Amino acid sequence: MNEVYYKTIRSITSILMFVEGVKDAAYGEIVEIKLEDGESLKGQVLDSRDGLAIVQVFGVTTGFSAETTKVRFTGQPAKLAVSVDMLGRVFDGTGNPRDGGPRIVSEKVREVNGNAINPCAREEPSEFIQTGISAIDGMNSLVRGQKLPIFSGSGMQHNKIAVQIARQAKLLNKNEKFAIVFCGMGIDSEEANFFKQEFEESGALDRTVMFINLSSEPTMERLLLPRLALTTAEYLAFEEGMHILVIMTDMTNYCEALREISSAREEVPGRRGYPGYMYTDLSTIYERTGKIIGKPGSITQIPILTMPADDITHPIPDLTGYITEGQVVLSRDLQRRGVYPNIDVLLSLSRLMNKGIGKDSTREDHRGLADELYAAYARGKDLRSLVAIVGEEALSKTDRAFLDFADRFESGFIGQGYDEDRTVVDTLSSGWELLSGVDIREIKRVREEFVKKYGKWKASS
Amino acid sequence: MEGSITRISGPVVTISGLKDPKMNDIIRVGDLKLLGEIIKIDGNNAIVQVYEDTTGVRVGEPAENTNMPLSVVLGPGIIGSIFDGTQRPLDKIKAQTGDFIARGVNVLPLDVKKEWAFKPAIEAGVDVKAGQIIGSVKETSLVDYKVMVPPGIHGKLTKVEEGKFTINDSVAKVKQEDGKTVDVMLAQIWPVRKSRPVLDKMPPEIPLITGQRIIDMFFPVAKGGTAAVPGPFGSGKTIIQHQLAKWSDADIIVYVGCGERGNEMTEILTTFPELKDPRSGKPLMERTVLIANTSNMPVAAREASIYTGVTIAEYYRDMGYDVALMADSTSRWAEALREISGRLEEMPGEEGHPSYLSKKISEFYERAGRARLLNGKIGSLTLIGAVSPPGGDISEPVSQSTLRATRVFWALDSSLANRRHFPAINWLNSYSLYEDALMKWFNEKVDKDWSKNRTKAMKLLQREAEINEVAQLVGYDALPEADKMVLDIAKSIREDILRQSALDDVDTYSSVKKQATMLSCVIDLYNAEESAVKNGIAVDKLQGAQAKELIAKFKFVEDGKVEAYTKTVEMAIKDIAKIKESGNNE
Repeated sequence: MNEVYYKTIRSITSILMFVEGVKDAAYGEIVEIKLEDGESLKGQVLDSRDGLAIVQVFGVTTGFSAETTKVRFTGQPAKLAVSVDMLGRVFDGTGNPRDGGPRIVSEKVREVNGNAINPCAREEPSEFIQTGISAIDGMNSLVRGQKLPIFSGSGMQHNKIAVQIARQAKLLNKNEKFAIVFCGMGIDSEEANFFKQEFEESGALDRTVMFINLSSEPTMERLLLPRLALTTAEYLAFEEGMHILVIMTDMTNYCEALREISSAREEVPGRRGYPGYMYTDLSTIYERTGKIIGKPGSITQIPILTMPADDITHPIPDLTGYITEGQVVLSRDLQRRGVYPNIDVLLSLSRLMNKGIGKDSTREDHRGLADELYAAYARGKDLRSLVAIVGEEALSKTDRAFLDFADRFESGFIGQGYDEDRTVVDTLSSGWELLSGVDIREIKRVREEFVKKYGKWKASS
Repeated sequence: MEGSITRISGPVVTISGLKDPKMNDIIRVGDLKLLGEIIKIDGNNAIVQVYEDTTGVRVGEPAENTNMPLSVVLGPGIIGSIFDGTQRPLDKIKAQTGDFIARGVNVLPLDVKKEWAFKPAIEAGVDVKAGQIIGSVKETSLVDYKVMVPPGIHGKLTKVEEGKFTINDSVAKVKQEDGKTVDVMLAQIWPVRKSRPVLDKMPPEIPLITGQRIIDMFFPVAKGGTAAVPGPFGSGKTIIQHQLAKWSDADIIVYVGCGERGNEMTEILTTFPELKDPRSGKPLMERTVLIANTSNMPVAAREASIYTGVTIAEYYRDMGYDVALMADSTSRWAEALREISGRLEEMPGEEGHPSYLSKKISEFYERAGRARLLNGKIGSLTLIGAVSPPGGDISEPVSQSTLRATRVFWALDSSLANRRHFPAINWLNSYSLYEDALMKWFNEKVDKDWSKNRTKAMKLLQREAEINEVAQLVGYDALPEADKMVLDIAKSIREDILRQSALDDVDTYSSVKKQATMLSCVIDLYNAEESAVKNGIAVDKLQGAQAKELIAKFKFVEDGKVEAYTKTVEMAIKDIAKIKESGNNE
């Protein structure tokens, strides 16, 4: 262990410290900083030169002095001790417990940055996860090992939806080891309490690891937090064989932290001031998802982000959408009309849906039915804008049926209770039920045999 | 001589004390011997971009110059493999370091122990020049690997042997004019940043048949051409690239997954070996090379992956093959350039991209082409690059530079994608500059009416857009019947022809013959409806026509049954004329 303390600080900024006379600092190495009053903080080397190390401080540099502050180089990159004992516990952005419990003692210490999963070692995600939410199960199915973010906006119900998914998520016909890793970045204490309470009420708290960095806590720790959470998730999934659902909120806070640090480092800004490497940085979080051939566990990610001004082209949702396997988009319009969950099924997408549904997992008519519902809803919505111009009387009977379908689809299919856990069969049946309101001749996307088998049209029509 | 590290800043490392470092030399950095490349020389210092994560590397650690530029090993065994951005085989990395990619792994690109059966094509004693094919090796059931005289070498072939050889064995000897004898190995080594020489480039005249109707019919790309596919996320860029990799009639496919999703590469790895080439019936993997540098793999290696891919592609072109390279996505490559440029503290151009971005992009696409090769044969290299513009806005620098450098533009449209119209290629904004050159081929080889029908269909689609603008003001009912009929046919073109499902076993690939028939059926339908409307029949009356239903299901008709089906469709179209009477009677 290196016990040498350097007292050669040349300059200090709001988050950086320049330490002179350092011969061989390692890039990414963790340093310990001791203030005069005995307070101790951590930092990380982000640029190492002959005789100079630039250290990024985890926390604020208030009270730092070039004269009296001491720095020790630990020789180690950021690491985390991992263990199954972490289940049921709450940690902060440096990996220390924040629930008053003991520190985690384990021989298993992992580097938090992690290595990329070799594409050759990946197993294609294909197991359907039933979330009990029709808009997801029926139209944008989630599969195990997928990363499916929720694109929300401020004031929307994303937290409730995430909790409902966590509470209800299960595989069809299977009962396996399942755990939740929760990562709250820059959230306020009310949100933190909400999640904690909900997990507690549903009895999931014992199989949940929570990482929380409150909005009042250091920005640097916010960048470390998802890496701690995912290191834990990888351990539980790939070494302990558990199926892990990672919920991360709010990625927007994470990206703002990234921008803050980047501008403090005086880097060249990219779009809207976010650093040019934000795509790469986000990918090192989102890509830590999936399944590995020959290993029983899996990691499924549900990151939540709030789109600034509901703008889906903003760099945060934009770069996220380029990395994740689809997105669940929430609609302010539906929220206004009191629909919960306010999922905009037309803008949402699950890229891995087709792998997880069909005859062998959900039901043979799933794909065709989803397409049909999709098309019918899109048509109904288009008609709504037309009605605004020409009036409902100008519509043909067929069109009126579609208009009516869109309304019923929103209230009865998308809309459901916070505690309502629908099976996928119920979801599909309710889809057929709604479709029976439109002319059977308009059904073109489902195979005829399935229409006969599952359709709910009266025999006469 | 060894140098030592004096500065580390992310993937950029400064090394001093190297003896005579040259630009683009490959350096082994630090105790872990990480792979890096010199990208700048500044006095006694060499600035190196490292292709692996530099966490934990210390000032003072040694660095070693290999005195070689970043190169690829070109030999049998490439086809069917999956490499990372610097040609390290991912399956061998997995065997060495497990499920996660560890750092400092040193694996050889190709199997050096495997013996290949070499058959000479010429005999000793003849004069040979660079590029000439000496013989071949059966690399896969689909690919004959040709052993060529390396560029820059010519003279008398003094020895050539049949037998089993490893890639580093000499299969022939060439005595040059200067008296030196050079060994020709099974494999060659070539620096990735230098394009392989050809005699000259020829105009592209032959289409790359993709089996995708909107592409082949409306916006075809030539063998040796260049195409760009820009689109926002969720618009289906990757599916289009996958479809092209699966069904194009190229001999060799190089697929570069550059900074994209890990699960997508896995999907190719699991589906390609099972899919059959529609022409040969052999597994598609037997003509495919994958370069996978997923988004979370080191950013500098992402920059290299494009060059690794294109150099491999050029090499197979040199054997006389038609090669197609798909790069998904070139935006991620450009971002890697930007990140490195930022670390070098270069003056940024537009949106933080370096000012040489445009040059780099056009340099890359210039490596495409249909070429007369050094050995007199003809080969082609088609480059198709996906672009991921931020926010879907193609006014940004990477999209714009790419559009200037490419000749086909498939404009992906998020509104089409949101309506689940796939492929979401917008027919009004897309273009192909090969159109004129290729129409001749289609007219001669497929259907004499190809270009005529195509132009007619395109006009209908444009007319549809105009009519729709009017309809939004006055309402559909107020439109003249002739316009309603145009909308009706245009809808059929959009839904029955342009729309194509990548997931359906039959619809995923349409032969050109089937495409031509489908199009001519729709045009026939148009003619029939036009005359019906002229005779005073309302478009509403035509809705139930059986011909329409048949055309809608045409896409699901298997190739062997197209002819019989066409007859049924034509009969049904004739029936439209009969609607006249019953319509009048009502």
